[in-house]
Order: sequence, then structure tokens, then C-alpha cells
Amino acid sequence: MSDEPRTERARLAVAGARATTAAVVSGRPRKDVIKNTLFSVLLLVAILLALAGLVALLVQAFVKGRPDLSVGLFTDSGSSDPTIAGFKQAILGSLMLIAGVIVMVVPLGIGAAVYLEEYANSERWWNRLIELNIQNLAGVPSIIYGILGLGFIVRGPLDLGFIAFAGSITLALLVLPIVIIAAREAIRAVPPSIREGSLALGATKWQTIRRQVLPASTSGIATGVILAVSRAFGETAPLLLVGAATFVTFNPEYFSGDYTALPVQIFQYATRPQDEFRILSAAGIVVLLLVLLVMNSFAIWLRNRYEQRW
Amino acid sequence: MTEEQRRTEEAGAGVPVGAERRGLSQGIAVAEHARPGRGLTREKVFELEDVEVNYDGKPAVREITFDVFKHNITALIGPSGCGKSTLIRCFNRMNDLIPSATVEGRILYHGEDLYGPNVDPVQARKLIGMVFQKPNPFPKSIYDNVAFGPRTIGMKGNMDEIVEGALRRGALWDEVKDRLGDNAYGLSGGQQQRLCIARCVAVQPDVILMDEPCSALDPISTGKIEDLMIELKDDYSIVIVTHNMQQAARVSDMTAFLIVELGAGEQNRWGRIVEYDETEKIFTNPSDQRTEDYVTGKVG
Amino acid sequence: MEARDIAASGPAGIPRRLEAASPRYGEKVIFGLLAGCAILSVVTTTAIVIALIGPTIGFFGDVPVGDFLFGTEWSPQFEPPSFGVLPIVVGTLSVTLWGMLFAIPIGLGAAIYLSEYAHPGVRKIVKPALEVLAGIPTVAIGFFALTFITPDILQKLATSAPIFLALSAGLGIGLMVVPIIASISEDAMRAVPAGLREGAYAMGATRMRVATRVVFPAALSGIVASVVLAISRAVGETMIVVLAAGSTPNLTFDPFQSIQAMTAYIATIATGEVAQGTTKYDTIFAVGTLLFVMTLILNMISIRFVRRFRQVYE
Repeated sequence: MSDEPRTERARLAVAGARATTAAVVSGRPRKDVIKNTLFSVLLLVAILLALAGLVALLVQAFVKGRPDLSVGLFTDSGSSDPTIAGFKQAILGSLMLIAGVIVMVVPLGIGAAVYLEEYANSERWWNRLIELNIQNLAGVPSIIYGILGLGFIVRGPLDLGFIAFAGSITLALLVLPIVIIAAREAIRAVPPSIREGSLALGATKWQTIRRQVLPASTSGIATGVILAVSRAFGETAPLLLVGAATFVTFNPEYFSGDYTALPVQIFQYATRPQDEFRILSAAGIVVLLLVLLVMNSFAIWLRNRYEQRW
Repeated sequence: MTEEQRRTEEAGAGVPVGAERRGLSQGIAVAEHARPGRGLTREKVFELEDVEVNYDGKPAVREITFDVFKHNITALIGPSGCGKSTLIRCFNRMNDLIPSATVEGRILYHGEDLYGPNVDPVQARKLIGMVFQKPNPFPKSIYDNVAFGPRTIGMKGNMDEIVEGALRRGALWDEVKDRLGDNAYGLSGGQQQRLCIARCVAVQPDVILMDEPCSALDPISTGKIEDLMIELKDDYSIVIVTHNMQQAARVSDMTAFLIVELGAGEQNRWGRIVEYDETEKIFTNPSDQRTEDYVTGKVG
Repeated sequence: MEARDIAASGPAGIPRRLEAASPRYGEKVIFGLLAGCAILSVVTTTAIVIALIGPTIGFFGDVPVGDFLFGTEWSPQFEPPSFGVLPIVVGTLSVTLWGMLFAIPIGLGAAIYLSEYAHPGVRKIVKPALEVLAGIPTVAIGFFALTFITPDILQKLATSAPIFLALSAGLGIGLMVVPIIASISEDAMRAVPAGLREGAYAMGATRMRVATRVVFPAALSGIVASVVLAISRAVGETMIVVLAAGSTPNLTFDPFQSIQAMTAYIATIATGEVAQGTTKYDTIFAVGTLLFVMTLILNMISIRFVRRFRQVYE
């Protein structure tokens, strides 16, 4: 270990000590108390503002959407008449999209994570390139994934057309880094002694991974998948570009035809000027938030129940 | 073994007949029951010739030449940093797992080159098992821990019987037979280590390597495992690394004493064998002054 | 004993070999599949670049790069069309600016409180609340901005405020990124060794002093990383600006005016009726490329700072 970190830490310590001493020596007691109290009050105000924003958002959606909160939301089709419009196709579409995302993201994400943690020599340039790519992809704006879908999947080489399958692929690529990163952490948390014990018995590398490492990291991986699915469920922008914006009144199919998704439908209703549509939109948001709440509670329950403590 | 036979053996090994057995320091009693198993066989399990292990080009052990005999407990002792763990990991090709490690020299296992081009390390590890310093049971039930090896390598047979047999051999059956489904992490440290031993013997190895198996355990558990080792050597050949001299004196038949040698500029340090002989001799009448200094506690 | 058989001396005495029983092709196939999964990330990036670059090059065949990057009139739909991208870039930056002015004090305030004052009751509420906030879909935040922030807050404060304005989207985006700033900054502050704090406390420093003079400077690189990351997220955000900021390109930082952000432009054009292959259609990719490059640079800066803050304490 070089001396650099120690010097840096020492430098910070000295700077802090200097500033503190100077302040302590020169400060006057009474002014101090006022300043300090003011400071902590400001901090609490900051927190309160954030909480207020969150609460306002949730309450407003519920209050505005209340008139429309009924089973009809789920059973009425999309329509240009707000009195009979609902989210049926949108919800079906979202469910189809998510199912596709899960099917794609679980093997690909776990596979990539296992490769990076168990097989890849991190000094090789190609492995570092892979890691760099994953890190960057995690930060690419979601609408860019929409452009990817537009240019590559819906048209371009894959040319699948504006179908739900294309939407699934686009969303899967968007959330794949989330799964990979979570899976890597879960796999990394498995102590090397477990792997050594397995190998010392005469198991092969893959046997060790399949029978020891992956079962032990299941909880962390599952949490990551649920996080990714939550994200995909609420995404709007990429879907707009790959064709979910069409107004759908028939039940969507996966490999053909038009489709829509819940957040997209919410968006469409929200852009209409009539207040009735705004109310409908709010109701849709409540449904959306409820679904996410259920998903995330499930993730928390899973994590608490099955978490492996080393 | 009768007194007669022992004297013959001693004569064969070069010890003057009738020589008194002297413990060189108080407390090191060369235990009566550290008997050579099954008639002190001279059949070789491992033959090492000029073995050298390097990490990133820097030597860890050098010029290691000695033989390990069947049904013996062979102890590797020496101060910290002399490469005992590195050496023992050569026997089951665990050093393969460290990318920066290279193994040179010859290691024969029953006459075959252990590092030969056609040798599969996975196969070798089925025959040469290992117990680690810190007990490392799997996060599974006691039953599944023991059954993991046999299931994974495809052993045929009634799994319940295999598990029971292994746990009996590991001197753990009576303590866990009513709770085989419990998580292994609920066992005490000593029990966990015996579980690891049971797990190891479940795949029916030929050799059991033990890398400081008792250093993380309390004295009572240590005693139990030492007794277990002596029982096990009837069926297996055991190599044990230990920094506890008394343990080596208590259980082993043959002892190798390693030291740290410093290279140019003190940056390089590696281990080498100073003396390798019957345990009794190492502790009562060693040939090398350095060995005597170590076993009498003059140097650490 | 046959030369190549090693008889186990264990109870079963089964002869076994040192050579592999089978060449184990399965292991190699598995390695290939796993590597393939990982390489997909490189493929995805390449695909993004290709999807963007192709039409962008075509675009710059029709529109000079200088006109695009430095022009101040963005009206691709008009006749004659104008392709100066600055108005929508400024639109994005404006919303980001107002968002950051809101999010940075709040996020840092929350982080300092959680890290240095840490009343357990407060922590139990705030941490989960921030996580919930982080998980709220942006379409919901955009809706909130449009139907609450604008009418019930901003139009009450400034009665001449329009229906779509940068400040509304800015506040929405600010709310969206508060969790990012708060959690990463808090991590950075908690990573400051206890010894540094204790030394200061031992000299009689107050909590405020320790927080501002010792912990904050020590955690600075992590804090900067969180802010840069938040900016990157803000720049790339679509739904909030589409819903609340407007769709008229407007070269101004005035918070009370309607603007169009780059992301909103892309979304609007892509969902509209524009023929493929036209210059107007290609603006999607040109603007997309610009957006991609901007967020890429911001992300790399952020990663650099994260690395620095990790290194200091390792």
C-alpha cells in the first residue's frame, strides 16, 4: 500500500483540526448556539421539503384520481371518451412486456454476472471493456434505448416491427445492467472458502457455481431482478419510440399488432386537456404505484426471509 | 507392536539400539500412541523432488524433496511464513486456482506425475481431499453438506448410508444423527470441522490434507480431532500442516521441519526443508541444530 | 496394480484414475455461453452507437455541423427549416439548473442530517422515504408537476406563469434526483473515518462545525460525484419535461417560460407523423447523439470522482 492514502487522510485530518481549532478559539459561545440550532433546523427543513414533495405527489394522485378508482379501470378499454375509458389493454400490455423482460433478463443478467465474477480475469483488456460498457449503459438515458429500439430492433437489422416483443427487448436491454450489478454483488458476497471447499472435494468449476455459489446468492439476485422489473414497469420514454404510443382498443398480442403499456396510456390521457382525462390519468398512476408497491414489498420480504448472512 | 519389533525398526532407521528416549524439553512427550499405522509401511504416496513454488516469479518454497508414506500422518512444521500452506496445496493442485502461482519440480502420486499433461486436477482432488484452517461448511443442512461430494462426483449407492458412514468416520454421527436436516452453521466450531472431515471422507479419498485444522478451535475440540486423525490414518494417508509443535509430536509419524530463508536484499524469502524424519527423532534427537533450536523453543 | 490405476486406500478400494474421464466439453460450452451474456453489453453499446451514428452522418450531409451546434433557431418543422440546436440544449440546461438549485441543498441537507445527526426515529422515516421517492416512475412525477406544481404553486406565486414552464419541470426533476444526491453523499460522509470526527469533537467543536469543516470537505469527491450523476440523470430525463415544460423551443433560462428539452423534442418527433429518411426524421438521431455524448461525459466524470472518494479511504 503506498503512502498516498495515508498522506491524504492525514492532510484531511490536519485541515479539519486546523479549521476546528481556529473556529473554537475565535468563536463566541452565544452566537455559536444560535448558529448551530439554525443549522440543524435548516437541515430538518430540507428533509421536510423532500418528504413534503413525496407526500404531496402521492396524496394528489390519489385525491385527483379517486372518482375513477374502480374495477372499471381494469376492465374498460382505452377510449377517446373519458367516461367509458379504462386501462385494460394498457395493463395487459404492461404484463406481457414485463413477462418478456423477466424471461430475457434473468438468464442474460445472471450469465453475465457469473462470467465477470467467476471466469473473467479482470486484468485483461476485453474484460475491462465489458465492465466499462456495463457501467456506462447503466447511465444512458432511457430515451436513447428508445432510439436503439427504433433504429435497430423495430426497424434496422432486426426489423421486428412495432410489436410488444420489440418493446420487451428494448426494456430488457435498459434494465439489464441493474440485474448484472445486483447479481455480481450477490455472487461476490459468497466467501471464497465455500468455493474452495467445493473444489477440494473434486467438483468442477461450473458444478461449484451451479450447486454452491448460485444457490447461496439467490436472494440477492432475486432482489436485483425485482428492482429491474419495477423499473421496467414504470418506464415510458423508450416505449414511446418503439411503438407503444398507438391508441389500442383491441387486446394486444405479443408477436404482432399494436400494443400499449400502462405508463404510456397514463401519459396519453394526461396530455389531453379535458379534466376527465386528467382524473383518469391520476387513477392510472394510483394503479401503477400500487403495483410497484406490491413488487417492492415482495422484494423486501424476500430479502429479509432468505438473506444469506455470512 | 512389540518392544522387539520397535527396536528392529529403530535399528533400521539408524537409531542406536537401546537409545534412551529423551524428551528434549519439558512438555514435549512423544506420545506413546503416535504409533505408525499398519506396520509403518514404506509404500510411498507422494514423492517430491526439488519442488519450487513461485508467486509472480517470487519463490515461496524451494528445493523441497521428501516422500510421504502411506497410512502415515506426516506433519509439516516450522515458523510463520515458511510456506507450509503453500506446500500442502501442491498435493491436491489447489495452487492451480491462484493465477500467479507456478509449481516446478516433480511431484509423484503413487508413481504418477501429479502435474503431468494428462492429469485432470478435478480427478486428483477426488482422491486427495483437504480440510481447511477455518471450518467452511456449506450453507446447507448437515446431511447435504456430507452428501454434496458424493452427489456431485456421481457416486453410486444409498446416500443415507454414505452420509451416515462418513459422519461416523468423522466422529460426529452420534451428535447430529437426530438433526441431519439442521443448518450446518448451527454447529459449534469443533463440530463444524469434524463435519468438514466427514464431508471429505464421504468421497472416499486416498489422502487427506489438513491445513492447520485445529488452529481456530478450542483445546477440547482440538483433542477430539487429534484422536480422530489417529483413527483415520488406518484408512487414509494424512498430511497435516501445524504451527503447534506439540500437536505434531502427539499425532504424527513423520515430521518435516521447514524454515524461512532470506534471499538477497531481504525482499525475497522462501521456505525450505531442513530436516525430515520420524517424529520421534525430530523431537528427541534431531540431526540439525536449527531443528533442535525450534523444537526446544529457542527460536520461534 | 495397473500402472495407471490409483487404488484408493479408502474402504471401498475403487480404482480411480488421475486423467479426466471425459474431455468435459460441457464446461467449455458453458464458458462460451456465459461470456456471450457478458459480451452482450459491448454489443448493446455498439448497437446504440450504430443506431445513432448512421442517420446522424446522413443528417450532417444536409446540415452543416456548425449550423447545428451553434445555431439559435430550432424549427425543423417550418418551411424553411432551421436546425440550430441551442434552444433545446438550453431548454435542457435550464430545467436541469432549476432542478439542481432545488435538489442540491435538499439532498445534501438530508445527507448531512442522516450522517452526522442521525436521530434514529428520523432515520427510520427518511431512508425508506428516499427509497420510495427513487422508485416513483417519472410519468407520475411529470403528471404531478403538470397538475399540481404548476397550477397550485407556481401560478399562485406568479399569476402570469404559463401552463408549461421550465421551473415546474425543474422542480419535478429536482424531486426525482434528491434521492441520488442524498444517498451517495451520505455514503461518502459515512465513509469518513470516525477518527477524524472524534478528533474534532475532542477539541470542543460543535456538530455543525464538524459537519461543515471536517466531514463535508473530506467527503467532497463523493458529494461531487453524486451531483454530477444527478445532473446526468436530469439531462436525460424525458417524461417530466414532456409533460410540464412545454414543446416550444425557446432560447432562455427564464424559469417562467415554456421551453422544449432535447429529450422532449425526440419524444415528440418520434411519436409524430414524420417520414423516415427525411432530414426532419434524422434530427431524432442527431439530437440523440448530442444527448448521448453529453451524458456519457457526465457519467465518466462522475465515475472518476467516485473512484477518488473510494481510494482515499482504502
